[in-house]
Amino acid sequence: MKMSKTLSTSLIAAGLLAGVAADAFAQAKEQFIGLPSYRVGAYAAGGSGVFGGWIDYMTLINERDGGIGGVKLTWEECETEYNNARGVECYERLKKKGSTGNSVFQPVSTGITYSVLDKVAQDKIPMVTIGYGRTDAVDGRVFPWVFPMITTYWSQATTMVKFIGSKEGGMEKLKGKKVVYLYHDSAFGKEGLGVIEKQAQKFGFTMVPLAVAHPGNEQQSQWLKIRQEKPDWVILWGWGVMNPTALKAAAKTGFPREKMVGVWWSGAEEDTVPAGDAAKGFIAAGFNVAGQNYPVVKAIQDNVYKKNKGNMEDKSRIGSVYYNRGVVHGIITVEAIRTAQAKFGAKPLSGDEMRWGFEHLSIDAKRLKELGAEGFMPDLKITCADHEGSGKVKYQQWDGKQWKVISDWIDADRDMVRPMIEESAAKYAKEKNITPRDCSKEG
Amino acid sequence: MQFFLEVLIGGLLSGVMYSFVALGFVLIYKASGVFNFAQGAMVFAAALTFVGFQELGAPFWLALLLAFAVMVVLGVLTERIVLRPLVNQPPITLFMATIGLTYVIEGLAQGTWGATVRGLELGIQDEPVQWLMEATDIGVSKFDLFGAGIAALLVTLLALFFQYTRVGRALRAVADDHQAALSIGIPLQTIWRIVWAVAGFVALVAGLIWGARNGVSFSLTFTALKALPVLILGGFTSIPGAIVGGLIIGSTEKLAEVYLGQYVGGGIDSWFPYVMALAFLLIRPEGLFGEKHIDRV
Amino acid sequence: MFYREAGQFKTSYAADQQIFPITQDRVGVLLILAFAFLAVPVLFNEYWLKAILIPFLIFSLAALGLNILTGYAGQLSLGSAAFMAVGAFASYNFMLRIDGMPILLAFALGGLSAALVGIAFGLPSLRIKGFYLAVATLAAQFFIVWALTKFGWFSNYSSSGVISAQEMEILGYKFVTPEAKYLLVLAIVVLLALAAKNMVRSSVGRAWMAVRDMDVAAEVIGIRIMHTKLLAFAVSSFYCGVAGALYAYAYIGTVEPEGFNLDLSFKILFMIIIGGVGSIVGAFLGAAFIVLLPIALDVMVQEWLSGILSPSISSNLQLIVFGGLIIFFLIVEPHGLARLWQIGKEKLRLWPFPH
Repeated sequence: MKMSKTLSTSLIAAGLLAGVAADAFAQAKEQFIGLPSYRVGAYAAGGSGVFGGWIDYMTLINERDGGIGGVKLTWEECETEYNNARGVECYERLKKKGSTGNSVFQPVSTGITYSVLDKVAQDKIPMVTIGYGRTDAVDGRVFPWVFPMITTYWSQATTMVKFIGSKEGGMEKLKGKKVVYLYHDSAFGKEGLGVIEKQAQKFGFTMVPLAVAHPGNEQQSQWLKIRQEKPDWVILWGWGVMNPTALKAAAKTGFPREKMVGVWWSGAEEDTVPAGDAAKGFIAAGFNVAGQNYPVVKAIQDNVYKKNKGNMEDKSRIGSVYYNRGVVHGIITVEAIRTAQAKFGAKPLSGDEMRWGFEHLSIDAKRLKELGAEGFMPDLKITCADHEGSGKVKYQQWDGKQWKVISDWIDADRDMVRPMIEESAAKYAKEKNITPRDCSKEG
Repeated sequence: MQFFLEVLIGGLLSGVMYSFVALGFVLIYKASGVFNFAQGAMVFAAALTFVGFQELGAPFWLALLLAFAVMVVLGVLTERIVLRPLVNQPPITLFMATIGLTYVIEGLAQGTWGATVRGLELGIQDEPVQWLMEATDIGVSKFDLFGAGIAALLVTLLALFFQYTRVGRALRAVADDHQAALSIGIPLQTIWRIVWAVAGFVALVAGLIWGARNGVSFSLTFTALKALPVLILGGFTSIPGAIVGGLIIGSTEKLAEVYLGQYVGGGIDSWFPYVMALAFLLIRPEGLFGEKHIDRV
Repeated sequence: MFYREAGQFKTSYAADQQIFPITQDRVGVLLILAFAFLAVPVLFNEYWLKAILIPFLIFSLAALGLNILTGYAGQLSLGSAAFMAVGAFASYNFMLRIDGMPILLAFALGGLSAALVGIAFGLPSLRIKGFYLAVATLAAQFFIVWALTKFGWFSNYSSSGVISAQEMEILGYKFVTPEAKYLLVLAIVVLLALAAKNMVRSSVGRAWMAVRDMDVAAEVIGIRIMHTKLLAFAVSSFYCGVAGALYAYAYIGTVEPEGFNLDLSFKILFMIIIGGVGSIVGAFLGAAFIVLLPIALDVMVQEWLSGILSPSISSNLQLIVFGGLIIFFLIVEPHGLARLWQIGKEKLRLWPFPH
């Protein structure tokens, strides 16, 4: 009895899987987008926000405009739990769905990005990683299928130094200053280290790196050290619970929060609300801003939520940093489809055609205004050699209740970062025997 | 010197925080021999339930009471559905069952209350004590002192409960020898239910303290990882061991990070407590206060 | 009726000591192997090979390694993922730093490196037992991941701290297609599984089991405890190390140290508990269960519930059902799927006349 029960359950499961693998039924006039989302576990707060905003924007396009050029957007979620192996499974599962297969893969997880990095080139599916992922993939000659768009960790690090310089009253004032780089002790946390070190040499300030072990829910020793070092600024390169803990510990040691600058994964409501009053004054980077007062967010409210088709359960999170970040994901995806449709016609596009769309994507200030996203995200222009396309970052400050934008778009020092990217990409190309594309020959 | 003292005091106080979580482990292990990995998830669920009820408009005490009630129900259900059918299974099976339970609790908590990260305010400021700061330039957080006070209270309560109540005595009997306790008519299953309820209460207290410190988020489940070295150091079966172990782990971890960390690039507090506890175990394999185990053929 | 041992006489020592002494077993295993080697690459599509079968085989190998340590030698470990990481990073460095290194040798050396690390972290097992040891192996888990992240040398000073597996090439043939990768992994796993099956019934395996059942008694009858326990750690880590190398080379491609986290260690432990502690076949059954179950749940939820339930609830529901099913299995069959397999075999022996 027991035996047969287990057998039958496993047979059902196996049958289902087989069914999924086979269903590549053709559907006319639909563009399929696979969503490797995560809504459980430690990363759920970010995942539900980003994927919620993204889905809402696509719903908006379907509801208000009837799709793009008459082609409706369809999507399916696949739960990755932010786990690399599950991410690979989702990638493979979504790959063949829809009439033209999955047309773009955006995992919103650096680990999964790495896990499918080699696979996307083989399968001809563009991978877009906005604000995470592999930095040297900016070099489109080596990574034709990967698009770390808008800005990367390295660009961000240069804007941080610029921002601190502007607060000090000029870059020359940085001389002799001391900056603590408090980072999540992982590949992610170490991303900014090299760039800031270089900048420290260039501008004559000292940098003190301090590592915080994952998950970072205990930082007393680091903050005692900070108290001893007496730095002028603290750069917080944190993730998750590490951020509120750092803010609380800063309050405990009496370090002014106005002198703390966080990365964009430290700068959401989820990072400041748990710290309560201790978060007030904290500054963080962002390639998108928070707030509901942008026409694009209003349009989602009017066309999606009024019709009860919204994805967010907690409607108060609409306009939050993560939610708006999801909307940015949506905008970039949709604009790339538009770009590609202009060349290949209004039909469901293949991954190859989508890649062309991403590589020729240009969202200028005028277009941003049309989209209702002026000031919401930076303008960007992707080329064959440059898959980043912008590098701009804005800084926001937590006023105790919400994030307030306190800077204009700050350009990254991309002249400094570019050689580092090319060097790293060339090393990768050598290891992998990749011959970089010649961009002058690309159409 | 004064910096050393500051590190030491800070370390001791954060060690108390680890003890909170370790206590829950000890209670259950002592009474039922189950290494309850779900303790971390229980901390998370308890804090989330408390904040959830507060968001629905319940005042502090009511929310506390309701969260406690939920934890009791959870404990009783666990005993009935998970533990009772697994009586007499090898410890590793029970351990794995509690990992399964971890998933269930995490899913239930996040499914019910949502994935949003929340703040938790207990009304105690996490600031250094002013007069001490001025007199000696040593920063000691009010909140950490408050936490230590709660810990002392909790341990006293537990000690009284174990020492002077009927149920407490029965608990100790069960912890000592299941078979003998059963044979003199102590209802094992009732005792287990009570222990799980008490562990739920300890989880709630730990959740409130940790939640007020770092916010109520999924990462509260990671507090379990901080408690494990405390457990092996103090012994799985000793309540004073959990406290003393916490103090030792907390202080050495901080001292190591501050004074040794710089030579190897820092961030060593992920593994240092484990290695420390390991080194300690090599000298005393049953932990600081654990029961001496004599092997017989 | 078909599964009968009657009439099979063993007339030589060789016949008596075969791995599979019963003819039907031998035939069965050969059939399964033939199916796995010949039919599977043809019958299954890319999705199945890449996303399910390759990870299934790799995790089976890791579970096999842990089962040797935990199931046969009785030493509970929560650090399997870290040993996989050692294997992956060691293989990468051997490939990178020695010109013309054959890939199979790199896997073996990766496994050996893991074995050495395993011996080092196995030393405490001489004094510590049970859950104390389990928690102590966490030291290995955290320390190894920390060291791989911290010291750039391991990842060849890659800016992101990740390693990107080189191409696999044996005698000029490049393993690129999913079918080729699958066959390579399958060959390695089958080889190591047979080796394990053989090992556990040799004197080494019997010594392990004696230590597991009662180490004091084992010592009394003259088994060298230190030697036996450390050998178990070494062999187990070797298997995990090779699994880790395959994980990097044949499955994921680019791996970061954090990918080998505690969750993965727990998953592997789940595999042997669900599959059956102290059973070679159990490692495979358990790996199949743990790899397939979450995917099956997700597919079911997406197919049937995606419009009905909100996404957050349906995702959490998967987690609850996953945890619930694990508890359910532990209650229904605490000895794992391998036990069901065994019961099935017993029944088959009597069928169709059970009385």
